[in-house]
Amino acid sequence: MNDVALDTRVGDYALRLGDDALILAQRTGEWIAAAPELEEDLALGNLALDLLGQARTLLTYAGRADGSGRSEDDLAYFRDERDFRNCQLVELPNGDFAVTMARLFVFAAYQYELYSRLVDSADETLAAIAAKALKEVAYHRDHAGAWVRRLGDGTDESHRRMQAGLDTVWPYVDELFESDDLTRALAAVEIAVDPAELADPTLSHVRAVLHDATLDEPEPTNRHTGGRRGIHSEQMGYLLAELQHLARSHPGAQW
Amino acid sequence: MSSTRDPQLRDGGRSDGPEGSLQPTIAASSWPLWEVFVRARRGLSHVHVGSLHAPDAAMALRNARDVYTRRGEGVSIWVIPADQIAASSPDEKDAFFDPADDKVYRHPTFYHVPEGVEHL
Repeated sequence: MNDVALDTRVGDYALRLGDDALILAQRTGEWIAAAPELEEDLALGNLALDLLGQARTLLTYAGRADGSGRSEDDLAYFRDERDFRNCQLVELPNGDFAVTMARLFVFAAYQYELYSRLVDSADETLAAIAAKALKEVAYHRDHAGAWVRRLGDGTDESHRRMQAGLDTVWPYVDELFESDDLTRALAAVEIAVDPAELADPTLSHVRAVLHDATLDEPEPTNRHTGGRRGIHSEQMGYLLAELQHLARSHPGAQW
Repeated sequence: MSSTRDPQLRDGGRSDGPEGSLQPTIAASSWPLWEVFVRARRGLSHVHVGSLHAPDAAMALRNARDVYTRRGEGVSIWVIPADQIAASSPDEKDAFFDPADDKVYRHPTFYHVPEGVEHL
């Protein structure tokens, strides 16, 4: 791999991580002013802002590394659906609070394992971004995990809804751990973390919490994938419309 | 955790009434009140910063982190159930505090404080 090809690939990799964070930030932000309690409203707002911060640094780096010179705003607001590289898990609608917590918990557990390895990346920028994000996602995992435990081990109704939440998100979990040419090539030069490596540690943490919560690990019959290639679910277009319409209606507008 | 069995928690306190009426329950009444104390940095005392609602101590600490330390305000948090605090009554204000007013010798104003000493 020559240097230009390598830089482009690093940019593509940063774009995947950044898109994951950006889309989940947007989804989580939808809870603001709608959470069950004021305190949880602030917690989810904080968490969405953590993710947005990760997205900003990752997208900025993606635009620089791939040589296109695109800014974070160019990447967030002026790409179309097929150019987004996020996994489908993060674009799922929020559903009820249990679905939101199920998604957040699994995704934060994945991000925790990812970033705790990416801090050793041969790419210094990715390593630094990971080091900052690691503390944030450790709290996300803890917070969502606490709710999964409470709701799973709570009333009959909270247990039923938490289990239903897990059932909703589970068909999207395997996509997190899919390797492809990009991740294999970058993992070989110790820049990226091979997603397949993350499956065992992520799921063992998740399973321990599910056990405490008296919840069953779902066994879905279908699996969704394709986000890394720009294949997204129906909901993605609506999400992007809300995310992008202001910037596209007023190009170049500033606060 | 027994406290999570509170039926008010089932859907975050925003459920319709038990008979499915359109009157929302008052969410705030379902969780007890906690008072929050934050220590800004080592060497200072914990200072009362406000209150919040939470079903138990673990969640109260978590909520306090999110509500009161978002801008790096602290290095340590205490949460205390509000109903565990014994407070002096406003009616007793005169008997409690007025007798101290004219006893100037109780104030450490007769000492010279060297410059540069903080947090005295």
